[in-house]
Amino acid sequence: MNFPIISALILLPTIGSLFLIFSKSNDQSNSTIKYVALFTSVVNFLLSIYLWFLFDETTSAFQFVEDREWLIGIVNYKVGVDGISILFVILTTFITPLCIISVNNSVKKRLRDFLIAILIMESFMIGVFCSLDLVIFYLFFEAGLIPMFLIIGIWGGPKRVYSAFKFFLYTLLGSVLMLVAIISIYWITGTTDVVKLYELGIDSKYQNLLWLAFFSSFAVKTPMWPVHTWLPDAHVEAPTAGSVLLAAILLKMAGYGFIRFSLGLFPIASDLFTPLIYALSLIAIIFTSLIALMQEDMKKLIAYSSVAHMGFVTLGIFTIQQQGIEGSIIQMISHGLVSAALFLCVGVVYDRMHSRLINTYGGIVSIIPKYSVLFMLFTLAALGLPGTSGFIGEFLILMGAFKDNFLVAVIASLGVILGAAYMLWLYKRVVFGKLVNNDLNKLTDLDKSEYFILISLALPTLFFGFYPEPLFNTIEVSVNDLIEMYNSNLINK
Amino acid sequence: MINLSFIIPEIFISLSVMFLLILGVFKKNSFELIHNLSIIVLLITGIIVFNETLDIEKILLFNGSVVIDYLSSFMKIITLLAAFIVLAISKNYLDNFKISKIEYPILILSSVLGMMVMISSNDLIVFYMGLELQSLALYVLATFNRNNLKSSEAGLKYFVLSALSSGLLLYGCSLIYGFSGSTNFEIIASQLDSNEYALTFGIVFILVGLAFKISAVPFHMWAPDVYEGSPTTVTLFFTMVPKIAALTVFIRFLYVPFLELIDQWQMILVFLSIASMLFGAIAAIGQKNIKRLIAYSSIGHIGYALAGVASASNDGIQSSVIYLTIYIVMNLGFFSCLLMLRRNDNYYESIDDLSGLSKNHPILSFSLLVILFSLAGIPPLAGFFAKFYIFKAVIEQSMYFLAIVGLLSTVIAAFYYLRIIKIIYFDPEKEKYDQDHSPWLKFSLILSTLLILFYFISPSQLVEVVSRINFI
Repeated sequence: MNFPIISALILLPTIGSLFLIFSKSNDQSNSTIKYVALFTSVVNFLLSIYLWFLFDETTSAFQFVEDREWLIGIVNYKVGVDGISILFVILTTFITPLCIISVNNSVKKRLRDFLIAILIMESFMIGVFCSLDLVIFYLFFEAGLIPMFLIIGIWGGPKRVYSAFKFFLYTLLGSVLMLVAIISIYWITGTTDVVKLYELGIDSKYQNLLWLAFFSSFAVKTPMWPVHTWLPDAHVEAPTAGSVLLAAILLKMAGYGFIRFSLGLFPIASDLFTPLIYALSLIAIIFTSLIALMQEDMKKLIAYSSVAHMGFVTLGIFTIQQQGIEGSIIQMISHGLVSAALFLCVGVVYDRMHSRLINTYGGIVSIIPKYSVLFMLFTLAALGLPGTSGFIGEFLILMGAFKDNFLVAVIASLGVILGAAYMLWLYKRVVFGKLVNNDLNKLTDLDKSEYFILISLALPTLFFGFYPEPLFNTIEVSVNDLIEMYNSNLINK
Repeated sequence: MINLSFIIPEIFISLSVMFLLILGVFKKNSFELIHNLSIIVLLITGIIVFNETLDIEKILLFNGSVVIDYLSSFMKIITLLAAFIVLAISKNYLDNFKISKIEYPILILSSVLGMMVMISSNDLIVFYMGLELQSLALYVLATFNRNNLKSSEAGLKYFVLSALSSGLLLYGCSLIYGFSGSTNFEIIASQLDSNEYALTFGIVFILVGLAFKISAVPFHMWAPDVYEGSPTTVTLFFTMVPKIAALTVFIRFLYVPFLELIDQWQMILVFLSIASMLFGAIAAIGQKNIKRLIAYSSIGHIGYALAGVASASNDGIQSSVIYLTIYIVMNLGFFSCLLMLRRNDNYYESIDDLSGLSKNHPILSFSLLVILFSLAGIPPLAGFFAKFYIFKAVIEQSMYFLAIVGLLSTVIAAFYYLRIIKIIYFDPEKEKYDQDHSPWLKFSLILSTLLILFYFISPSQLVEVVSRINFI
């Protein structure tokens, strides 16, 4: 492979956004601008599918690796994918075009700037999942704050300033400690190259502090209880496309980081801190599910459900079982699809009624049937009904948890029931019941683009629900080797 | 006589100052001519330094009282370039306030001369001479808009406090002379007796004097008032150029004669650094005037540069030189934006005047966005790399406390930078500002924005350039 396909994936959206920067923004050119952005992101999606096609599933080694001198003598620009990261790359490239299609109704002003922000965001997110050097990872991880801050702040709702600041400062505060840890790793081992670090290992006396530093960053980003409070605010105020990006991809950066860095680099510390993660995950699952039950605002409810779902993910990762980690990855992919769809569903009615409060709605099933059916599908996927991708993830996580710790698994299973409760109750209150609010009669059903977006999200949700083989095949070897490496490190300590 | 060939830049500037002064006195209305000539003088001096002395490893002149080495050449070039751009973009501003007098470029030239002497000094007396030359010129520059009450106040305040700090510094010099028998850095190093506490006192007094010049906490009180009161172009000069010279002296003074006494001064430097970073970040939050805000922000940034110096390693020294260089570029960009906030011959400098800037001035606000995020140290902009090098050096020495406090104060500082971005991008728009800016102003804005934005493409260039600075 001479063609730098990963760099192309990272750079392509930025190049597309450069075209947008030099175009004039007015009402006539808006559709051209949108097509340019859409074209870029679709090409990027096809490129990532091509990458998956070329991907060799029989090895856990990093593939398509590019290694260039960058900060000479310190950091190399090193990117590549393995079975774990490639799925996140595809998720990113799949969600972005849908976000761009969805801006039709939700973004009223400064469309060009919005699309530039989304495309640059895509570049950074792909960079996060592909980087094989800690400094490069940090660079992309942090850089994503800038476009997201602007997306929430410029195009958000009434309390957008507060939310944007909270989002930015929370995440930055979590991340600076990670920077200290990364530089410390450089001085301890002499490299920040992840592949080399996997081989070298890090002396066990440093691992605990380093693990905590990384944890501080990932816990905020995941978000784990008790540092999750930025998420509901950010979600509620962000425009629909922003919420979708945030829920579908940004949150996965931390889950990915846990697998790649916490488990991979600090196995001894991970082993030590597993009870901490279990406790926080369980609190997140139970506590935020209960909070979600009480929400009046649809977006907030889904935001809290994201926290609960990510609780499952962190729980699964730290079971260190094949099923647990595979389940977490599939849960992340599935949550990426489903939460994106749910936010879009909320966006659909919000664009028409300008209210996200649950009690505004009720009885809309007969007015907008297509919408109701799709909303139903995603509601069920979110609560993990068999036949949807949500089930596969949750089931495997619980299986892994049962292998590791019975009590934890039992408590986590309670969360599944609560999840069903708040999702179904939400659906009931919004879609069924008596039609009280007469304004709802004016609701129009999904237009073409909305229909297209939701169907494109529904198909993979169902497909991977019935036939998750392609996902398993891709991640299996990588996860297996990761666990082997983890266990051998534990034995050798 | 062979010695003279290495100080041609200094000789050239001093002769030019005298010539321009005479020319200005005898020729009426010659501001424009002298202004342009001064710009050319700075440029030529820069080229001379670049050609003549950049390759020199280390040469001592005049019985060892002047040193020409890579650090001095590099810092001189930066000083000259920064002064060059300040002069180039200040003309319209001066015209606007009707203070375009010949003294302005000449004073800037003389203060640059003083700084070049400081940068090359290897002797307490030479260093003091350079320091006073640049300070005297700066007092006058601060009051340059003499009909403005605030400007006069700024100059007077700066004069009084600076004289006090010079006194302390001189006292420190005499203590060191008394207990080591020499004013020459190299001889002091060889005569050093680490049991002599008076020497430590001497170091402390000199550090106080120097900390005052670079406005490190707790010797920063003058900075906000002086920065606010001085004409904006002079403030720009203040925030960049004197700091280059003072930081060079900081490095040379601590690492040449007193490297052995590192236990004595390292704590002081760590304290100065932590105090400046934290105070700069917290005090800037409540500011309403952009120039005051920049004063606090520059206090914070000096804290980071000092953290590199405090780490007592070549990496640390190099990282603070890198930090200062990148900071100067960011500062230049920010002030170029500030100088563009002009409407009907009024310059605006309150933060609220930036409200909604992004609607009418997309390019200007984008530049500000880049510069502010870079000042906050967010990757992938240049400001992140500056901080990265500093913390890399600091953590190498296992100074984790310094690193963590430093990084936490970047989070606090991020808040006030974000506040400006919020005002620019999220708030309702105001009237348009004028758009007929001088080409130099546009040039410096675009250049600095591009440098900051694309620094990440090849970040090791600057590291290579400064890697020849070695003291230990």
